[in-house]
Amino acid sequence: MEKTTDSGISIADNYLIKNYPQKMNIFNDHKKLYTIAGLLFLSLTYVTVIMPAFHNQNNNAPLPGSVALSGDALAGKSVYVAEGCVGCHSQQVRNIEMDKVFGSRPGMPADYANLKRMNIWQNTATVMGTERTGPDLTNVAERQSSKDWHLMHLFNPRSVMPQSIMPSYEWLFEIKDSASKNDMVVNVPATFLNGRKGKVVAKRAAIELLAYLLTLKQTPLPDGTKPMEFLYKTTPKAVVAGAAGATVNGQTLYTANCQSCHQPSGEGMKGAFPPLKGSPIVNGDNLELYVDIIMNGYDARAEYGVMAAVGTNMNFTENDVAALINYERTSWGNAGKKVTPEEIKKIMDFVKIKASGK
Amino acid sequence: MYPRHRFTKRLLIAALLMLSILKVSAQAADNIIKTDSNSFFLWIFAALIIIPMLLIIGKLYVDFKQQLKVNNEWKKEGTNTKFSQYLKNFDRAQVHAFVSLKKKKCNGNCKANSGCSNDKKSTIILALLLFFGQNIFAQGTKENKALSSQPGIIITIVLMLIPILLAVIFALAKANNAIKNYANTKKSKEADSFAEYLQNVDDTALQQEFIEKDNLPVYNLTHNELSGTEKPEDSKGLLSNISDKHETHFTAAKRRATIRPTLDADITKLILWYFGCAAFWLVLGTGIGEYLGIKFVAPDTDHISWLSFGRLRPVHTNIVFWGWASLAMIGLGYYVVPTVSNAKIYSIKFGWVALACTNIMVIAGSLALMNGINNGGGEFREYIWPIMAFFAVALILTFINFFLTVAKRTTKEIYISNWFILSALLFTIIVALTAYLPFWQDGIGETIVQGYFMHSGVGMWFTLYVVGLLYYFIPQQINKPIYAYSLGILAFWTQIIFYTVIGTHHFVFSAIPWWLQTVAIIGSAGMIIPVVAATINFTMTFKGHWNKITNSYTLPFFFVAVIYYFLVSMQGTVEAFKFTNLLWHFTDFTVAHAHAGFYGIITFALWGGIYAIVPRLTGKEPPQHLVGAHFWIAFIGLIFYVVPLSIGATLRGLMWMDSKPFIDSVVVMFQYWVWRAIGGSLMFISHVIFAYNFYKMVTKEIEPIDVKNEAWKKLQTQESALQTTI
Repeated sequence: MEKTTDSGISIADNYLIKNYPQKMNIFNDHKKLYTIAGLLFLSLTYVTVIMPAFHNQNNNAPLPGSVALSGDALAGKSVYVAEGCVGCHSQQVRNIEMDKVFGSRPGMPADYANLKRMNIWQNTATVMGTERTGPDLTNVAERQSSKDWHLMHLFNPRSVMPQSIMPSYEWLFEIKDSASKNDMVVNVPATFLNGRKGKVVAKRAAIELLAYLLTLKQTPLPDGTKPMEFLYKTTPKAVVAGAAGATVNGQTLYTANCQSCHQPSGEGMKGAFPPLKGSPIVNGDNLELYVDIIMNGYDARAEYGVMAAVGTNMNFTENDVAALINYERTSWGNAGKKVTPEEIKKIMDFVKIKASGK
Repeated sequence: MYPRHRFTKRLLIAALLMLSILKVSAQAADNIIKTDSNSFFLWIFAALIIIPMLLIIGKLYVDFKQQLKVNNEWKKEGTNTKFSQYLKNFDRAQVHAFVSLKKKKCNGNCKANSGCSNDKKSTIILALLLFFGQNIFAQGTKENKALSSQPGIIITIVLMLIPILLAVIFALAKANNAIKNYANTKKSKEADSFAEYLQNVDDTALQQEFIEKDNLPVYNLTHNELSGTEKPEDSKGLLSNISDKHETHFTAAKRRATIRPTLDADITKLILWYFGCAAFWLVLGTGIGEYLGIKFVAPDTDHISWLSFGRLRPVHTNIVFWGWASLAMIGLGYYVVPTVSNAKIYSIKFGWVALACTNIMVIAGSLALMNGINNGGGEFREYIWPIMAFFAVALILTFINFFLTVAKRTTKEIYISNWFILSALLFTIIVALTAYLPFWQDGIGETIVQGYFMHSGVGMWFTLYVVGLLYYFIPQQINKPIYAYSLGILAFWTQIIFYTVIGTHHFVFSAIPWWLQTVAIIGSAGMIIPVVAATINFTMTFKGHWNKITNSYTLPFFFVAVIYYFLVSMQGTVEAFKFTNLLWHFTDFTVAHAHAGFYGIITFALWGGIYAIVPRLTGKEPPQHLVGAHFWIAFIGLIFYVVPLSIGATLRGLMWMDSKPFIDSVVVMFQYWVWRAIGGSLMFISHVIFAYNFYKMVTKEIEPIDVKNEAWKKLQTQESALQTTI
């Protein structure tokens, strides 16, 4: 405000300057304006970003049971970041009921406390993600532990999931005339080779990525610690309906949990996943073995991959298991005897004890 | 194949309608994924790139033919017939000049200055090039018939065709110019000899004839028989943009740009380079985006690592962010900041360095991402720090440059545009540093920073800056002052207070602290204040001048930007609420929202700005009907993109809330992804039109020489040269 009337300032302006010397000052002084705006922004940034980020970084320790990534799995995470998997797959289980399908408990800061800067060039990657074009992967190793499935899925997702729109990662594999002893061979159906002949062998990067994917499990909480509760609970349907099992849709359960391996046709995949169509276990009378496989997984046949403990991982109730069995026994030409949840309840209790005794 | 889920009962009737219309395409969906017909989509994509190029080539080729024909006809005529033709066609002024020339009896040695060039050679070379170019092209098309279903082959052919077709376009354009230049040098020589002929002609009969002609009475109408001799006067300066041309109104004629005092050539050049680079990145970046959209419905389009979805997605987002929008914004800033400060820009050099730095960043960043070098997967933070550092340099240089320009302003106040523009630059420097400094990025800290970065990157850089530009362009194009300064002040400070704290609303219900999520949700609601304030300010400025929108080819762009600013910002507030997070978070609703905001607000405003100032800088206006085509195709494309995607995402969210199998929700989305690809194609086409319009605004055309005028001009210069030597 050094300027006075002699420098050609209009009478009106002069009046303003005299009568409001301080009020409008900031809007006419570039140094003051931008300094104040900048400091306001910086302080808000500090309070809502830098301070909480620091606080969370320094005050969260990894859970006692968690293991930091190393070796192949660590290298595999770099592949995961390089291929931009986070663009379609999140890794966070929110504390709301609808996310329960992706993990048994909501995620917490301790789950990410292991993560540090990758290297001098690349930042920390919590890969929480903001998009679920594909499913969340926080707990994918629990849901799907089959190496064969993952490799086939990486080579071409359509080979195991006909409706999938995930890109094919063919360049993580090579096609060899003959595979050596150490090669990890993938049984890709001929239709996905587009006329190429030979064995599909996983390259180093595919093996690393696979190793990383198989580490993606939620760390159990220490004994006695209760997990955060899931919000927005939906009322359990069975209770509302009164009739047990009637409202659980076996087909939905099959689609969500079984179909990626055993296929919509129930025919499985040669050399990887056994068929349920015409299966003696599905159609036969050994209900105990049937329920045991659903709840605790199976690894008795060398020609097929290992099955995960799907039922236990997904917290199946007797209603779920009964619905699933009934669906499988009445589909694809199968004709097994229908079961009731009451029957299943007894067997489930029994196999649970058996499994914990192992 | 899969039972359609019965969510329709929960949806609006509009959504129902959409669903039933699209049912057919959904049925085809499963087949398309399974079979090889992926290449069909790829061919459509290829056609989108190649057809416009072929059209350009066709047009250039027709021009070229026409030019050749005209030149040949002109060449065929003998010199004598031509000269006598010229003599016959002298107008009265020229007749008089001839007579007075002969009276003077020039004895001077009227030597013509000759300019020789070997343009003929270059024409031949170019013609050869052209021939080979077409030859290669022909082979390319023959080859793909056999292997046309192989995606790898299709992509290779497209990739090869792009540079070849570009070379053909370049060669044809050059050949056209060469022919024009060649013809003009010939004509110029002829003008020399004609001038000499006029000088030396000693045909008394001819002279007599011309003297007689000169003495004939003039029977021309005066053209003011009705209007009188009084010249019309506009002493109050009320009239502008007077045009006496009457054309058929195929499209509504818009007001032409007002001619302004020209800017210095050096800053004009700088601004045009910013726009040129931005236009290039827009076409490339959205071309990639279009390809990504196609991959949703045809995932087996290619199996090439550096073209895979995961790698290309960040390439697309970063190119349109930094390459297109940021360059266009800074370019507009170089016009607005000095203009409202009424001062010259502090340094042109800083501008060039910042432009180079940004371009280097985008090129290096895109190549790095395609090679699998990614900072950590956080959205918009995919460039590693050595690459992002180039942008930091560009931002800092631009801020210093603008700040020092404001410092030497000759106006007392700092115009409100400059608050927003300079603050945006300053805040973005802080945002980038916060996001890239390594000290607070471990564990969940990275996510907190990520939320802040991706949100402030949008709101503190793009929105703040573009709102600043709107504060200049809207009043300027309507030709009236902004409605209220006080609303601007309110919007400015509340935007800083609320917007800064809401980044974490991208991670509601996640593992980050609950208090931070709550602050973010409250802040999102607080954003109503600045958004409503700015919208009122802009619409009240429009008030009483709505008719100007229909008369202008720039105001529709700004109007769309204002409307979308209100709609999309309000939608953003609503999306931050808890229930909407259940329904829409992680779905394509976010993608639709991001496109509505970034396209509807930012991109439309930038187009308006570019159409407003480039004609002032170059004196050339874009073809109005093509600006109209650009506007409508982009606008309709955006709606086709956003509406189906939002509906599909809502359906998908409902399925997730109902714990339906995940894969079923993928199948449901298919038809909406098809619509998104259609909308995206329209948007991409409009960008090609925009690039052409920009080209028309900056290119110089070669005017054919009129031999008679040229000859007289030459005579005059010779005479004046003679007089000075005497």
